[in-house]
Amino acid sequence: MFEQFIPFLASFFATMGFAILYNAPARTIIPSGIAGMTGWFIFDYFLTFSELGNFFASGIASFGVAIICQLLARQFRMPVIVFSIPGIIPLVPGGAAYTMMRALVEGNGEMALHFGTQTFLVSGAIALGLSLNSALFQIIQPYFFYPRNNKRP
Amino acid sequence: MKPVTFQVADILDVCIAAGRVMLANGAETYRVEDTLQRIAKSYNLHYVNVFVVPTAIILTVQGEDGQDHTELLRMTEQQTNLEKVALVNNLSRQLAVSPYSPEIAKEKIREIEEDSHFFSETQRLIAVSIACGSFSLLFGGVLADFIPATIAGGVGYLVYTKIEKLIHVTFFAEMVASFLIGILALVFTSLQFGQNLDMIIIGGVMGLVPGMAITNSFRDLMAGHLLAGISVAAQAILTASAIGIGIALVLTFL
Repeated sequence: MFEQFIPFLASFFATMGFAILYNAPARTIIPSGIAGMTGWFIFDYFLTFSELGNFFASGIASFGVAIICQLLARQFRMPVIVFSIPGIIPLVPGGAAYTMMRALVEGNGEMALHFGTQTFLVSGAIALGLSLNSALFQIIQPYFFYPRNNKRP
Repeated sequence: MKPVTFQVADILDVCIAAGRVMLANGAETYRVEDTLQRIAKSYNLHYVNVFVVPTAIILTVQGEDGQDHTELLRMTEQQTNLEKVALVNNLSRQLAVSPYSPEIAKEKIREIEEDSHFFSETQRLIAVSIACGSFSLLFGGVLADFIPATIAGGVGYLVYTKIEKLIHVTFFAEMVASFLIGILALVFTSLQFGQNLDMIIIGGVMGLVPGMAITNSFRDLMAGHLLAGISVAAQAILTASAIGIGIALVLTFL
């Protein structure tokens, strides 16, 4: 039973650790951790229960993280990157990058190419999710968040 | 009511100071450009051209007399401090509502720059160690890998920061640090302390991996900041290969 929760705790602590490493403001650290954990949950869900594969799972997860980060940024009145940089950390394809490097060292070119492509595609998917989200929020912001006047204090 | 006007050179100084703090602390280039535009416009300068790459800021504004003023700033050192970015960002929004005089604005930016109530080196070291341990679990390690990865990641990060401070060659610092992480992981697994060599190494090097640079470079490219995107990507590739070489050296011992 406990085993199933390990990845969630791990992504929570990994995100908080990076938030501290990047000197995020102290009161935003736990919210960032929750954002990172949610991102991992979405990623894991789509990877396990659908046929979408790594690219789409990471893209959807980073889109989801970005939504949470946008809402948090408005709540705390801070730029989105304070939340989104730590928040996407669990999704970053560090494992694939390492496996590619190891395959290269071992002279296994085919495997290196496979994991290299995966690294490239997954980081592209993360960036795509974030960019799509910020474009979306720029479009809907005037209607949903500041309906009367578009000026922020 | 005619808005109060200030010396163009002073406003330029404010903009450049704000840009320096933001860029030196890890803001994306497009955010720096936006902020500088906003600050300059809040002082009623309308012709504002700003060009930011990760290593430089060029800013040209036109005063009311039609004279162009340009300032160039070369950036050398970079770290990540999201709180400073947030503070400057908030300051720029305040300026948009009610501009302070340039002197006060400069003073406020200087305060942010010299502010040091942030997390101490030790706190960050502990945080990054725990993050490294967590990553080894996240990428499929077992609980027994947590503590070895935590130690390896912590030692690696500590060595990285020390060498970085000593000789200012990031590539070399990352290489040595990842080499040490690999050696530690090898020693731990041969002592039966931890199970999966791969998981301990992956977790350990996550503190150095340029995940942020990879993603930021894609975002810059998609936003049309081609130069910034490519230079950040180059930085990411350089870091990744430093880590790769360090680890590869260890793996040849297998």
